[in-house]
Amino acid sequence: MEMWRQVFQYKESLFREGILDAQFTQLQQLQDESNPDFVAEVVSLFFEDSERLINDLTRALEQKCIDFKKVDAHVHQLKGSSSSVGAQKVKNACITFRNFCDEQNIEACFSCLQLVKQEYLLVKNKLETLLRMEQQILAAGGAIPMIE
Amino acid sequence: MSMPSCSVSYNSGDGASWNSGDGVSDQFPVGLRVLVVDDDPTCLMILEKMLRNCLYQVTKCNRAEIALSLLRERKNGFDIVLSDVHMPDMDGFKLLEHVGLEMDLPVIMMSADDSKQVVMKGVTHGACDYLIKPVRIEALRNIWQHVVRKRKDVWKDFEQSEIIEDGERKQKPLEDTDFSSSANEGSCRNSKRQKEEDEAEEDRDDTSTLKKPRVVWSVELHQQFVAAVNQLGIDKAVPKKILDLMNVPGLSRENVASHLQKYRLYLKRLSAVSPHHSGLNNSFVDSISSLNGLDLQALAATGQLPAQSIATLQAAAALGRTSTKSGISIPFVDQRNLFSFETPRLRFGEGPQPQTSNNNKQINLLHGIPTTMEPRQLAVLHQSQPRPQILMNAQATSHGSQSSSSLSQLSQPQSRPQILNDANGNHLSKGMGSGGFARNEEVEKNAGAAVYNRVSQPTSMVDFSIPQKADFLGNNFPLGNNSGVSSITSKGVLQQEVNSEMKGSRGFIPSYDIFNELHQQRSHDWEIGNVGPSFDASRRGNRQGNINVPPSILVQQQRFSSCQNDVMNRNTSVGNSPNLGQLRDTLLMNNPQIVKAENLPAASFQNTIFPEQFNQEDLMSALLEQQEGIGPVMNDFAFDGYSLDNLPI
Repeated sequence: MEMWRQVFQYKESLFREGILDAQFTQLQQLQDESNPDFVAEVVSLFFEDSERLINDLTRALEQKCIDFKKVDAHVHQLKGSSSSVGAQKVKNACITFRNFCDEQNIEACFSCLQLVKQEYLLVKNKLETLLRMEQQILAAGGAIPMIE
Repeated sequence: MSMPSCSVSYNSGDGASWNSGDGVSDQFPVGLRVLVVDDDPTCLMILEKMLRNCLYQVTKCNRAEIALSLLRERKNGFDIVLSDVHMPDMDGFKLLEHVGLEMDLPVIMMSADDSKQVVMKGVTHGACDYLIKPVRIEALRNIWQHVVRKRKDVWKDFEQSEIIEDGERKQKPLEDTDFSSSANEGSCRNSKRQKEEDEAEEDRDDTSTLKKPRVVWSVELHQQFVAAVNQLGIDKAVPKKILDLMNVPGLSRENVASHLQKYRLYLKRLSAVSPHHSGLNNSFVDSISSLNGLDLQALAATGQLPAQSIATLQAAAALGRTSTKSGISIPFVDQRNLFSFETPRLRFGEGPQPQTSNNNKQINLLHGIPTTMEPRQLAVLHQSQPRPQILMNAQATSHGSQSSSSLSQLSQPQSRPQILNDANGNHLSKGMGSGGFARNEEVEKNAGAAVYNRVSQPTSMVDFSIPQKADFLGNNFPLGNNSGVSSITSKGVLQQEVNSEMKGSRGFIPSYDIFNELHQQRSHDWEIGNVGPSFDASRRGNRQGNINVPPSILVQQQRFSSCQNDVMNRNTSVGNSPNLGQLRDTLLMNNPQIVKAENLPAASFQNTIFPEQFNQEDLMSALLEQQEGIGPVMNDFAFDGYSLDNLPI
């Protein structure tokens, strides 16, 4: 179907660009009849959690005396959750962020925070689009294309 | 704590494929009961789904504390734990230690952090595996191997420990004698003691020269024994006649004699203990187990503790020994036993057993603990020093009043080590167990002091030692009053953290009062909640009267041998120097499990602690062994001087 092809291409580009990785496929493979909205639920959880973490990070970095341990803890968690859903770019941004936390490089940390926000918004946008499209396929009785 | 934030989901199918008692069902690993702990909701949800897809029975939790209480509530309700390393309320490693000590379940750590240090930390803390996030479902499919491996190791350790106990048991009679002489206050006890001493000596002479193959006092065997004793009449029951009546090939008079000694102690304890201890068992046992676990864990974790603790314990033991012939070792051993009982139960996923096992555990504890607090109790303990209680099913009935609840618990599941079926034992052990458990719980909860209020009650004597330990563990470590083992502190914190209340000598009050209290409290209420409040209260109260915390450790040991006063005197010799190391050692001494752990390489800590897990019969025998071998156990650690030897056989 035309739609299927579109979704396939869209999805494939996400993977190619590194926005999503194999972990996302794992997630989708977990979804089954008993849990048909699994991916959507996980993704929305991820969004909620990430937004909270990013807010905490922003606040933490705005402190007069930055608690780098705390910042690092937040970033670590964001790294964990983003890697779990397959948001690769967000994860990579977190890794970089953590390195600068170790160095206690305030400037770099600020930059990293911006990068993280950026990547997060990107993946959020993409995922929402993708899931919406896939939902349409499913509604039409089709199967979601899987990228290996 | 409020639990609203914790999302706990339970599978409707409850361990369908896990059969109780046989360990592994045909469908294994289907239905493997997994507890997954992660503060990240995204990861938690994904893990849960993955585990469900592996056909495991999953319970998820986003707070470590909640996870711990879940584990404690459903003692044998889980087979394996998956935990994240970084969590806000409790460090994942701490949870790991707790679980290892209290429940001895395999724990797998997870983290997005793959740095070598963190992975190493997981290993040293006893994690059986470490998964790097994002976790793939393939990695989860194989986690069942850790459950199997642990059981296998437990069995091996169990056998090993049994052998050790056996050898050590030989030395006990001597200790018992000493102990009784110092602790015995009642006249009837004296006569009984005399008799027991004679028997002990007899046994000693007979067995000291050669190492006899261990006799496993299985449920059936014990029942035969009890039947024979009843037939002869408890007063007329002498080993030779019992042996003849039982007509069991391969059973020696010495075996029967030592078993009889324990049994008598058990009976005495049943009669001496007040009825309201019934509720304590479960918690007590749990706590003790946890205590033991903690110590061991701590030791294992630090890697250096064993050596240090052993040294400290030795010193403490020596001190304690001279002053108190108490059976500190008993608690120690008992703990081990308790644990073993507990574990098997857990392992087999027997839900209904918990109580029984708890009771059992308690009983064992009691056995081990020579007496601690009241003269009366002491007498009882004395008499029943040996682990006789162990198989007191029959006795239990007669002493039902003590702990009706425990009785019922005991009598039911025959599968669990019968030893603990005794009602009396229950309440003794209950107090202990609960005391110990209460302690842990208490600490966490800082609740009332139900358990510990008992302090003044004489009946709880036995429990005293064990709960002490619990407190001890919890308290000692964080207390930091001990300059000693620093490593312990770091490790022992597990208890500490939870038991903030325990800090401060509370836990230690050497006097058996604490036990009593704990015991008392416990009997009423097994639930942690109940214990909590009393625990704290009693502890405090006890404290006043007793030795300071620092010496508490020693006191604990002492406890058994004499009533508080004695203990105090004795403890003095030990020294009041708050010494964590000492405390630890004390705990270790008291805690047979710990002893075992020490004997075993730290690495295998997890496995070795509760070898008896899976075999009831073995557990029973282990319990018996432990009780008998309390003295020897100590020896392993080089505590020769320790009063453990005094533990009745």
